Amino acid sequence: MFRLFSFFFLLCLSVGARAELTIDIVGGAAQQIPIAVVPFAQSPNPGDNMAAIIGADLRRSGLFRVLETRGVANQPSDAAGVRYAEWSALQAQALTVGNIQTLPGNRLKVSFYLMDVLKQNQLVAMEFEFTPAQYRITAHRIADIIYEKLTGEKGVFATKISYVTRTASNYTLQVADADGFNPQTMLTSKEPIISPAWSPDGSKLAYVSFEKKKPVIYVQSLSSGQRYVLANFKGNNSAPSWSPDGKRLAIVLSHSANSQIYTINADGTGLQPITRSSTIDTEPVWAPDGQTIYFTSDRGGSPQIYRVPAQGGNPQRVTFSGGYNVSPRVSPDGKLLAYIGLIEGRFRVAVQELTSGQVRVLSDTAKDESPSFAPNSRIILYATSVGGRGTLAAVSADGSVKQRLSESGSNVREPAWGPASK
Amino acid sequence: MNKQLMASLLVVLLLGACSNKAAKDASAPVADKSPAMADTGAPAAGGDTVASVVADDESGKSALLNDPSSILYKRSIYFDYDSETINAEYRPLIEAHAKYLLAHPNARMVLQGNTDERGAREYNLSLGQRRAVAVKRVMNVLGVQDTQIETVSFGEEKAKLGCAAESCYKDDRRVDIAYQVEK
Repeated sequence: MFRLFSFFFLLCLSVGARAELTIDIVGGAAQQIPIAVVPFAQSPNPGDNMAAIIGADLRRSGLFRVLETRGVANQPSDAAGVRYAEWSALQAQALTVGNIQTLPGNRLKVSFYLMDVLKQNQLVAMEFEFTPAQYRITAHRIADIIYEKLTGEKGVFATKISYVTRTASNYTLQVADADGFNPQTMLTSKEPIISPAWSPDGSKLAYVSFEKKKPVIYVQSLSSGQRYVLANFKGNNSAPSWSPDGKRLAIVLSHSANSQIYTINADGTGLQPITRSSTIDTEPVWAPDGQTIYFTSDRGGSPQIYRVPAQGGNPQRVTFSGGYNVSPRVSPDGKLLAYIGLIEGRFRVAVQELTSGQVRVLSDTAKDESPSFAPNSRIILYATSVGGRGTLAAVSADGSVKQRLSESGSNVREPAWGPASK
Repeated sequence: MNKQLMASLLVVLLLGACSNKAAKDASAPVADKSPAMADTGAPAAGGDTVASVVADDESGKSALLNDPSSILYKRSIYFDYDSETINAEYRPLIEAHAKYLLAHPNARMVLQGNTDERGAREYNLSLGQRRAVAVKRVMNVLGVQDTQIETVSFGEEKAKLGCAAESCYKDDRRVDIAYQVEK
């Protein structure tokens, strides 16, 4: 297990020994919602109080200011016990309280309440039953509910991310909770692993492994660990991307020439060419409506992003500013295109509004790669380099909130954010 | 030369082997450049294994390809920045390997393209492929069929780590010639 450390201020997480990625906020929204999360009444206490996990989630989003509650006399564990005047004095706008009871059969039940301190009323009252192993994920679900109630957007705390680590001797493909906890190794290899892609139902990852001394695409089940070769044609097999219905993947094959885009059934049958050029066509991704594939091509002389009907057809250029625009990703709501542009000599994350064509540069780092949207389209996770070492970072789609995710002892790269939890 | 080194060299040199798998695993000359990778996927280099490796060696190995004084011993073609143009100095090397393939129709070659670390991994994979294809096309012109050659790319994945300097980048921008089957 790696020892943890952080590049910036460790503002937000009390880090458990099992975490491998630490997440630090390096910016915040201008308007943060002040919220108090009172420790949940529970005995015995399992370590991290559920309120601490919820508070860390909300704080990490950059949209909340999580208030210190220890100085407040009122420590309610349900809605009836709330004395609003004391929370008003703390300048809290919202308040979360709750309690956890032990049920027969090693099960737990959490009851939690979200209160509007200004209006002095109850916004949410809910109960969940769960097993001790589901303690953290239950806290993330509660944080998602609070986040959605107060911001109007879906939360992404109860989701997963994948990434690749490189140590001196190995490459590993990891899947972890969105807060970096519970990392699990999907694959260990002496050879590189790149381009992990989540199936839309979150049950599988497609990825490219070089273990056969060439790029070959595999699909692996998260639950069973079983995998199969999706594509191992002559030449390169790379850049897998799932169609929104999970039935097909867009992939890149080279055969004996330059990279070209194909689609293929998830079982490896039904190969269909999408582009036919003598130039490089690569990095296909499906738009969420399933009708369009965005990709990178140097058909115009420099790498730019294009789109083509998912059944094939005439590609149209999408990016026009700058001489190097690659790695397109369409936001799950279909509104934004994130990509990596060479901007003022640095590889940086940018987004283009697909309707207006307006471009915003989001990152101020230099070696950014592999952007990946959170399922709520609000955050973009990407790989960058700090001090010569690969690390992950995240930026909100409006550029206001920035986070860094770091792990000691290895290079971290190739992040991919999993789909929304069901 | 100590025994350990000898053993690893033999493993690396194991080119035409008894089974397809062994041949494939041991045929990446990229291993020449990064010793940490040299043993990956190769059979365990224990004492017993070395003996059988030597036996395999004799059945599938080409003396021509493994003669350090031969031009065929050279396996790397280097490129300028953002270019797949083959510099004139590499013509004799490519011609020698083309001639070898024509003389040995059962031989199988893999051209492995590489790039430096700048830019996106998947795009670099395609750029490395373009370099491998450029070398292949010269061989095609010399009469070699695609059936004897596979072009693949490692993109930036084998680039030198943590060296953001042209001195490293120029070594990273290359195509390596690997023989899956020597004869």
